[in-house]
Amino acid sequence: MRIFDPHIHMTSRTTDDYRRMSAAGVQAVVEPAFWLGQPRTNVGSFTDYFDALLGWEPYRASLYGIRHHCTLALNPKEANDPRCRGVLDVLPRYLEKDGVVAVGEIGYDSMTREEDEAFAAQLALAIAHSLPALVHTPHRDKAGGTRRTLAVVAESGIDPGRVLVDHLNEVTVELAVDAGCWVGFSVYPDTKMTPERTVALLRRYGTERMLVNSAADWGNSDPLLTLVTGQAMLAAGFSEADIDQVLWHNPVAFFAQSGRLALDGIEEPGADFAGNSVRRGGI
Amino acid sequence: MTAPIEKAWPEPDAGQRALDLRAAFAGLPCEPWLDEAADTIWRRSEALTGLFAAAARHCGRQQLAAAPGWTADEAARTILLSALELPEETLIAHVEEVYVYGDAAEKRAVLRALPLLPVGDRAVPLLHDAIRTNDPRLLAAAVGPYARRLDAALWRQAVLKCVFTGVPLDAVHALRERADTQLMELLEGYALERRAAGRDVPADAAALLQGLGTEEGGA
Repeated sequence: MRIFDPHIHMTSRTTDDYRRMSAAGVQAVVEPAFWLGQPRTNVGSFTDYFDALLGWEPYRASLYGIRHHCTLALNPKEANDPRCRGVLDVLPRYLEKDGVVAVGEIGYDSMTREEDEAFAAQLALAIAHSLPALVHTPHRDKAGGTRRTLAVVAESGIDPGRVLVDHLNEVTVELAVDAGCWVGFSVYPDTKMTPERTVALLRRYGTERMLVNSAADWGNSDPLLTLVTGQAMLAAGFSEADIDQVLWHNPVAFFAQSGRLALDGIEEPGADFAGNSVRRGGI
Repeated sequence: MTAPIEKAWPEPDAGQRALDLRAAFAGLPCEPWLDEAADTIWRRSEALTGLFAAAARHCGRQQLAAAPGWTADEAARTILLSALELPEETLIAHVEEVYVYGDAAEKRAVLRALPLLPVGDRAVPLLHDAIRTNDPRLLAAAVGPYARRLDAALWRQAVLKCVFTGVPLDAVHALRERADTQLMELLEGYALERRAAGRDVPADAAALLQGLGTEEGGA
């Protein structure tokens, strides 16, 4: 089973997770920029973070044959802090980088006016830089937040086929499907979705434009729940081709719209450094 | 004993080497893009930021047949930097900017371009930054010809870090010429620790130690 995890915060994970993910069949990941569980208070903290997503994380991933891309944005939580608003000014520069395959995560957290502005401005950046958008739906007031999210997406003029709406569930999935957006399910140990509930929704809505991710981060999360969901699909009677569509082809098709998804040679292990595979253990 | 740096490692003919890199693109599909990008930057230096970031998408990342040791993206980015005909103090501001805001490939390209740019010693802090990372791609690029401007203590640490992080010592410019007794002591200490732990000493580090221990040296 080959797996593309389209939403995982590897900066919060250990190198051992890369090893386990690789052994489980994960060959590609997209790491969306978000917050770090603790608010940042200046633009420099973000540029250092973006730097890691464009340099260090792709390197760590490559040690285990995993191709790493990212999405960059000012996330909705921190969009509320005026000290972080300057991130919007440096983003255009970063959105031109090779490893960036979408603008994200953008969307709502507490649905404030500041979040409105940052969300709309970043959808405009996605259009200007010919990038798709990864849109996070809020944890609180999810149904209301998802409706408002989709209204802002429609108003922005971005093609809904270039928008992935994430963290959806039984209550919100139909809104995103009806809007013509791509659908993301985040499978978590306790909150968000479980593998079984995800499988039930895939049965009901089909496998087209459906993505499954672990959204693993610094919290109680598990980078291998993509694999567990694939196994649950198999047990529920989905074909290998269905599973490959959800766990590989759909994320590839969505992010390939950036024109920057580079998956060539990911089956060649150890091609990590200037064509030289020599590595001597500890880094 | 280390010879005076300027004599041991003369500044290469930077202008000629930039021309050679440019010639390596002759007839390639990206040549028109590269020409236009370089011309745009020559006329308007602010254009560097966007064009520098986009260079790999236009020129590719493959090895350049006509410029051994160079990939197309690194050579193209070097050409774009060379297009900046600016006084040293203005040039370094642009070089620092694309390095600071660059992804790993852009940072690496800046480091590789440094010996070909008239920036004097002003870019040494960029080498310090690259050597502070644990990214072997950056470390390998930081120990190239421009590293002759590093002071001896940091240069030795950089070589030792190459051995630690798996960067082949081939990447270190003028290694045999510059290696001194202090570097040998550091490497011997490293080799001792490795052997005490039952681990191998990398072949190139062992060979360097052996070479330095004999009369002929730079074999």
